[in-house]
Amino acid sequence: MQALHNTGAWVTKLTATAPQLKQTPLNAIHRQMGGRMVDFGGWDMPVQYPAGTIEEHLRTRTHAGLFDVSHMGEIEVKGPDAIKFVNRLTSNDVTKLVDGQAQYSALTTPQGTVIDDLLVYRLSPVHLLLVVNASTTEKDWDWILSHRSSELIDLNNVSADYCQIALQGPNAQSILQKLTDLPLADIKYYHFTHGSVDGVRGIVSRTGYTGEDGFEVYAPADRAEQLWNKILDAGQADTPTGVLPCGLAARNTLRLEAGMALYGNDIDDTTTLLEANLGWICKLDKGDFTGRDALASQKAEGVKRKLVGFEVTERGIARDHQEVVIDGNRVGHVTSGSPAPFLKKNIGLAYVPVEYASVGQAIQIDVRGRLVGAQITKTPFYKRNK
Amino acid sequence: MANVPEDLHYSKDHEWVRVDGDQAIIGITDYAQNSLGDVVYVELPKAGEEFAANEPFGSVESVKAVSEVFTPIAGGVVAINESLADEPESVNSDPYGAGWMIRLKMSNPGEVDSLLTAAEYEDFTKAESE
Repeated sequence: MQALHNTGAWVTKLTATAPQLKQTPLNAIHRQMGGRMVDFGGWDMPVQYPAGTIEEHLRTRTHAGLFDVSHMGEIEVKGPDAIKFVNRLTSNDVTKLVDGQAQYSALTTPQGTVIDDLLVYRLSPVHLLLVVNASTTEKDWDWILSHRSSELIDLNNVSADYCQIALQGPNAQSILQKLTDLPLADIKYYHFTHGSVDGVRGIVSRTGYTGEDGFEVYAPADRAEQLWNKILDAGQADTPTGVLPCGLAARNTLRLEAGMALYGNDIDDTTTLLEANLGWICKLDKGDFTGRDALASQKAEGVKRKLVGFEVTERGIARDHQEVVIDGNRVGHVTSGSPAPFLKKNIGLAYVPVEYASVGQAIQIDVRGRLVGAQITKTPFYKRNK
Repeated sequence: MANVPEDLHYSKDHEWVRVDGDQAIIGITDYAQNSLGDVVYVELPKAGEEFAANEPFGSVESVKAVSEVFTPIAGGVVAINESLADEPESVNSDPYGAGWMIRLKMSNPGEVDSLLTAAEYEDFTKAESE
């Protein structure tokens, strides 16, 4: 048996130790709990736990899943010009945020392509926190430093100070509520509050990357183990309906079902926000920002290709990088392809020329030399009942 | 630890071979299924196809990965495990039983002698995971 393909940046090998990789504060716990550790963009992370990816995925949809996302980067922007500065570097409108609100946005190039996608948290009018992808944290930090101008700001890469733990799923609120006096029901989607969880001061944010309701808790890195263990206890992790620790493979299938883009796969510095269907985070009328002119002219001319969702209609599983074939022509490629454990279908995202981007369009995927039928479908593939 | 039955022969590509007269039954090992994760799809050849030793005969896919499966010995396919089309998870739950993949009529039964014994395979997987 030899690996032909591995989804994403991980390398599958049952490696006992990998000293050159970066570790989150929960590394020892992942190993204790039987997590299969892989190299994920330079981080030693669990791709799955003994329950397996499918069970982890399903449990998150039906009950709750717990994810270590401490590898994500955090960059602090403080000072009177914090909002002005971040608004100039990102595509969404930071001036629309109120204290305690978070926003999905992107760091853009002058061409309107993507340095990274990120969350912008407004802690106060003079204090923003940027939460960026793990493997791009250093690149983002360099980009941000090199693009500062005369604005009055302090910049700090505080990634190592924080742990970030995501509790996702329909039971997330009731589980987390056992550990905090914060009125969690009052925190709206994409809002956050400061407070204590099990006595640990941090930020509790109603955000996530699974398509479920849920929270992300930012806390001091040295309290990560305490929070992780207490949440597992509160969520009765040892029962069939309890919270289940989840690895990166489930995180990936959950976000894909929810139609969310993955940086490095679906978006990168060769794809514009408009091509990626992220026009909703391009506030072209907010004033100037990096890439605004390029995006405005692309919007006026219309995009030539588009990121679409598809469902495989024949036997076979589409995978990242495989080619899309329409009428015998190779017209695009798959950026994310995987089985969807909850939907029990094989789905994916792909770039195709805009003339073929309509829902219902029949396409084929070149699965290692075999053409497999698929159909463009609307995204998200999965939407939770609210 | 991975289960390695005494009475089978093993390849360094993590396939097992069970000899049955002049035929051989082939699947992937417990170690292999464990490193692969949840198996969701198995692609197998058709009966009648001929394979040389160490030729790929199919593929096995988990949620996150695709792997080719090789036959360690030459032969013609006399049967495939049809039930894997609907129950690919048998490869995880019972890799040496319900998870078998193909049955070959061996072209050269002597090839089995060049494969690893259970003890040798166990040492091999230990070395590989270090």
